[in-house]
Amino acid sequence: MLSVKNLFVKVEDKEILKGINLEVKAGEVHAIMGPNGSGKSTLANVIAGKEGYEVTGGEVTLNGTDLLDMNPEERAREGVFLAFQYPVEIPGVSNATFLKTALNEIRKHKGQDELDALNFLKYMKEKMRVVGIDEKLINRPVNQGFSGGEKKRNEIFQLQMLQPTLAVLDETDSGLDIDALKIVSAGVNSFRSKTNAVIVVTHYQRLLNYIVPDYVHVLVNGKIVKSGGKELALELEEKGYDWISNPKGEAVAV
Amino acid sequence: MDNTTIKEHYITEFRKAEENMNGEASTAFHLIRKNAIAKFDELGFPTAKNEDWRFTNVSPLFKFDFKKGNTVKLNNSDIEKYLINGLNENIIVFINGIYSVELSSIKKQDNGIVIDSLKNVLNTKPELVQNYIGKFAEIDNGFTALNTAFASEGIVIIIPDNLQVKGHIHLLYITGEEGKHVISQPRNLIVTGKNCRVNIIESYHSRTNEANLVNAVSEVVVGENSFVEIYRLQQENESSFHINRTQSILAASSTYTHYSVTLGGAIVRNDTNIKLNAENCTGNLYGLYLTEGSQHVDNHTLIDHAKPRCQSNEMYKGVLNDNSRGVFNGKVFVREDAQKTNAYQSNKAILLTSTAIIDTKPQLEIYADDVKCSHGAAIGQLDNEAVFYLRSRGIDEELARKVLIRAFANDIFETIANDIFHEHLNNLVFEKLK
Ligand SMILES: Nc1ncnc2c1ncn2[C@@H]1O[C@H](COP(=O)(O)OP(=O)(O)O)[C@@H](O)[C@H]1O
Ligand SMILES: [Mg+2]
Repeated sequence: MLSVKNLFVKVEDKEILKGINLEVKAGEVHAIMGPNGSGKSTLANVIAGKEGYEVTGGEVTLNGTDLLDMNPEERAREGVFLAFQYPVEIPGVSNATFLKTALNEIRKHKGQDELDALNFLKYMKEKMRVVGIDEKLINRPVNQGFSGGEKKRNEIFQLQMLQPTLAVLDETDSGLDIDALKIVSAGVNSFRSKTNAVIVVTHYQRLLNYIVPDYVHVLVNGKIVKSGGKELALELEEKGYDWISNPKGEAVAV
Repeated sequence: MDNTTIKEHYITEFRKAEENMNGEASTAFHLIRKNAIAKFDELGFPTAKNEDWRFTNVSPLFKFDFKKGNTVKLNNSDIEKYLINGLNENIIVFINGIYSVELSSIKKQDNGIVIDSLKNVLNTKPELVQNYIGKFAEIDNGFTALNTAFASEGIVIIIPDNLQVKGHIHLLYITGEEGKHVISQPRNLIVTGKNCRVNIIESYHSRTNEANLVNAVSEVVVGENSFVEIYRLQQENESSFHINRTQSILAASSTYTHYSVTLGGAIVRNDTNIKLNAENCTGNLYGLYLTEGSQHVDNHTLIDHAKPRCQSNEMYKGVLNDNSRGVFNGKVFVREDAQKTNAYQSNKAILLTSTAIIDTKPQLEIYADDVKCSHGAAIGQLDNEAVFYLRSRGIDEELARKVLIRAFANDIFETIANDIFHEHLNNLVFEKLK
C-alpha cells in the first residue's frame, strides 16, 4: 500500500522531516503520535500533495506508483484521502454539489459511469446515515459556519462518500466531545477493510481507544523515534513525550 | 479629437438640434436642456485632474466619431436573445436609444400607471416629468451635462399610490448600426407613490461589434413605504463605452435595492448614488463586475444618509482577469442630522493575473455621533487553501478555480428571490467565466 522511504522535507528552508520511513499495508491502521510541531501535519500534507513543501530526499509510493510525481487531484483519484486538521470553508459551494463533482471525477478516473442526480442522492443518503450527519449541513456551503465538531464529521462523511484506499486523518479528534468522538470513530471503523488502510495522526491517545491501531509510531522533531503496537500509545499517555524524546539507546523500529 | 474639439462638436450639435425644434424650443423642459448645455460648456469632459476621474481616462472615447443612431428595423426574433426566458411580463425596447413600439409589450394596465417613452410624455403630458427630471441627478460632470442637454428619449415609469406592479419591467437598450459608431443617451425617470412595489431590469446590449457609446442617466424617486428594485445589466461588446449615472432618492420607510452587473464594455463608468432623504429607509447597493482583456470598469457609489434611523448595505465584488482594471470608490456620507444611522460597506475583488489592477477607496464622511458604520475591503488572489481542498478530493485545478470564482461571484445574487432571474444571472456569470 503506502511506502515512505527516507523522506526529507523542507518548509521555507527549514528542515521539518528528517528521514521518515513508514510501511503501511492494506488492512492496517497506523497511528502517528507526537508533540505539537513535530511534523505530523507536514507528513500528512506531503502525502496529499499540498504545495509549499520541498521534498529534498526520499520517496513516497502508493501500491508501487510514485505519489510525489502527481498533483493533488491525481493522488485523490488514485485513492489518497486527507482528512484536514483545519477543514477549509468554501462559501458559495454546497457540500452536496462539491461531493457530487468530486465523486464523479474519481469515478471517471476509474472508468466508472458518473452517478446521475438520483443515484447520487441515494448513495449520499446511505452514507449520511453511516456518519449521522445532519441533512442541513449537506445543503450548506462546504464547512461554512460549521462548528469544529461538524467540520470534523464532514471530513469523515467525505471519507465515506469517496471510499479511498488510503485515508490520512490529521487530528480528526481535536475539538470533539466524547459523543462526537464516538460517532466519528464509528465512521472510520466502518470504513476499514482488508483492501484499504488508515493513518491516524493525533497527539492524544484518547482517539485510539475508539480507532484501535495495529501500529503506533512516535514522531519527534521530524523523525520517527519509536514504533510499537497499540500499547505504546498507552505508555505515552502515562509517561509523556519527554520520556521518548530522549531515547536511552532503545532500538528504533520501523 | 481632443477634449476641446469634441466639446465644441457637441455644442454645435445642440445648436443645430435646437434650430429644428420649432415650438419645443420654448418649452419649460427645453430650459432644463439649455442650462445643461451651458453647464457642459463650463465643465467639458472629465480629465484625470478631476479627483473623481483620477483612475478612469475617458480619452479613448474621443477617437470615435459617434453619431446618433437610427431606428433599425428588427423583428421579435432579432431581440429574442436579449430576453430573459420566463420574465416577459413587460418588455420595453429601445433601439439606438429610440423607443420601439412594435418590439415593446406592456401588459395592459388600467390602474393609472404610466409606462411610456420620454419622447411621448414630452409631447403629450410634459407636466408629468417637468418637476423631476434634472432635480436629482446633479450636473457635476460633463457626461451628466451632455445627457441632460440632449434628454429626449428614455423610459418614464410613474406608479400611483398603493400599486404593486406584478412581475418585472424589463427595459432593453440595444445599440449598434453596421459601419457606424452610435451614441445613445437614454434619460430615464422612475417615480413611485406611497406603498408601491416594482422590480425593474435594465439590460444594455450591442447589436454590432462596433464601438458605441451609451451615456445614460436615470433618476429614481422612491415614495413613502415603497419597495423598488433595479437591476442594471451591462452586457455590451468589449469595444463599447458605457457611462451611467443612477440617482435615487428615498422617502420615509422605503426600501430601495440596486444591483449593478457589469460584464461587457471597454470602458464602463457607473455613478450609482442614493440619498436616504427621510427616516427609516433602507438602501441596498450590490455590484458585480467581471472583467477580462483590457476592460476597464469604474464603480463610484455615494450613499447619502441625510436623515436619522436609516440603514444602508453595500457589497461590490469584482473578478479581474488579464490586463483588465477595476475601480471602486464607495462614499458614505452621514450628515449631522442622520443619527442612528447604520451603514455597512464591503468591497471584494479577486485578481486572477498579476497584470490585472484594482484601485479601491472607501470614503466614510461622518458628521453625526450616534452611528454604526463599517467597511471592509478584501483584494487578493483566489484562496489557495480552498483550491487545495477541492483538488485533494479529486477535482482538477482548473475546475477547482472555476468553481471558487463562480461561487465568489454568485454570492452577490443570494438575496434575489425570483428563481428565474437568479438562474439567469448565474448563467451570465457562468458564460462570462468560461
Ligand atoms: N507553512 C509553514 N511555514 C513555516 N513553517 C511551517 C509551515 N508548516 C509547518 N511549519 C513548521 O513545521 C513544523 C512542523 O509543523 P507541523 O507539521 O504542522 O507539526 P504538527 O502537525 O506535528 O503539530 C513546525 O515547527 C511548524 O512551525
Ligand atoms: Mg498538525
